[in-house]
Amino acid sequence: MKTKKRSSFSRLAYSKKLAPYLFILPFVIAFCVFFAYPIMETFSMSFQKVINLNTGRFVGFKNYARLDNAHFFNALKTSTIYTLCMVCIMLIMPITLAVFLNSKMLKLKNFFRSVIFIPALVSTISAGIAFRLIFGDTDIGFVNSIIVKLGGEPIQWKMGYATGIFIMVILASWREMGINMIYCLSALQTISAELYESAEMDGANKFQQFVFITIPQVKPIIIYVLTLTIINGYRMFTEGYVYWNETNPGDNGLTIVRYIYNQAFQKNDMGLGSAIGVVLLLIILVINLIQLKGFGMFDKEDR
Amino acid sequence: MKRKNRILTVLVFLLFVCIAVYELFPLIFLFVGSIKDQTELFTNGMSLTITKETLRLQNYLDLFMYNSGMYVKWFMNSFLLTVIYTVGGLVLSSLVGYGIGGYQFKGKNVVFVLVLIVMMIPLEIIVLPLYKLITNMGIIDTYAGVILPFVVNCTAIFFFRQFVDGLPKEFQEAGRMDGCTELGLFVKIVVPLMKPAFGAMCILLAMYEWNSFMWPLIVMRSNEHFTLTVGIASLINPYTANYTIMLTGSVVAILPILVLFLCNQQFFIAGLTSGGVKG
Repeated sequence: MKTKKRSSFSRLAYSKKLAPYLFILPFVIAFCVFFAYPIMETFSMSFQKVINLNTGRFVGFKNYARLDNAHFFNALKTSTIYTLCMVCIMLIMPITLAVFLNSKMLKLKNFFRSVIFIPALVSTISAGIAFRLIFGDTDIGFVNSIIVKLGGEPIQWKMGYATGIFIMVILASWREMGINMIYCLSALQTISAELYESAEMDGANKFQQFVFITIPQVKPIIIYVLTLTIINGYRMFTEGYVYWNETNPGDNGLTIVRYIYNQAFQKNDMGLGSAIGVVLLLIILVINLIQLKGFGMFDKEDR
Repeated sequence: MKRKNRILTVLVFLLFVCIAVYELFPLIFLFVGSIKDQTELFTNGMSLTITKETLRLQNYLDLFMYNSGMYVKWFMNSFLLTVIYTVGGLVLSSLVGYGIGGYQFKGKNVVFVLVLIVMMIPLEIIVLPLYKLITNMGIIDTYAGVILPFVVNCTAIFFFRQFVDGLPKEFQEAGRMDGCTELGLFVKIVVPLMKPAFGAMCILLAMYEWNSFMWPLIVMRSNEHFTLTVGIASLINPYTANYTIMLTGSVVAILPILVLFLCNQQFFIAGLTSGGVKG
């Protein structure tokens, strides 16, 4: 500690007024350079024909007009179907598992909790390598070999549209189930036992207790899980990439973000890529607004 | 009634056994495949059976020899990026979090709202202008290019801010009476108090960087600069199937994390559920 000489430097170091501004400085810089500027740049580039990285020509709404093509609508459709599937799974499975993990019924709770959580540690790429082989297209792929043994025809998982969505959903839900289960579990653990006791005295059975006590109490966390799932669904990229890393035959695995990636880095069309980015931004904003509006003050503080 | 309960208990237990098998199966599958002879993979496909003839532990040696140690380079890149990102992220985010949570100042609420907005907007939307920016800054294909845009992590800022908010504010005045500078106050008093928050955020940031894929895929252009995820993904190729490298490589990428998790589960669960992380 230096002595308390009142040089101008030490006055700064002791200034209670100035300190918070210095503390938040890294955020302010990062926000301006790596967030606000790129957001504006996305809008600006979406109105340009980008010739090479730093030269572009303004073309008005041309890029947006070009979004009216089959590939873009396929990407929109794929992302939406994928997100809906994920929402269905994440609405039912995590809370169900958490309820059992929180009850006296189940033995080896800690073991099961850890095991179900483990996939969250694994990168989508590493897990995807395993899933690629499990759902291999040839008849020696793991699932196909079972199908063949049962007398069926091997399925070309990566070639069909529906099977393509299926293998992405199964990979993502495999990874994300545990983490969402823990969210639900931590919410369940905050419900006081008294609520259940008094309900029992009033003659409510287990199912009624679940519907009238548990569900309302965990509603905020379920909304949180759903919002997270929807946003993660629309920003999905890696789950598709790990199956179709080079091309997307029949637009399989072509999600919105993959379409941005393909346009920008394979077709060198940053203008169209940015226009898709703006559309994605609008989708995300609408989802967030619905969440904020529909559920009032709900934010992460309620967890 | 008793009987019915017991049947239900058994059913629930069976359900959990099934789910546990389902959650572990791909990992076991990956591991069994990684210690098998590659020709066995091609002729009989992937299965969980393994015999003395098909066992081939040498696959792991091959992994480290692959392309004159390319995998080792990828591993080191991921490791160093993770360390630098985590340390940098912890320092910067905790400073900002303390700045917002520990002081009253003009613009405090605006800054906090901006943090929330950044948390809501996925990076995928700004990936193209960021790529352009990084290229113009001359840090494409470097560690700096991967780390710099995301080292100030808003999820971590939010978490630290919440944590500071929950601390009693007397410590600040006490520290000032003792002649601490404002930074000294942070380092000597606040940081020790925030230890649990640092633990959780350390896991969050480290896992985020270790498993991140899209951004390093875009920034890292040359083979020897790839991270583990990008490197392993680059092996996926229908023509020259490098299955053993892919399988062993994936196992080695997972194993360190798995061991750390088994030693320190609570920490991991607290860290990873604090931000809804997605790699």
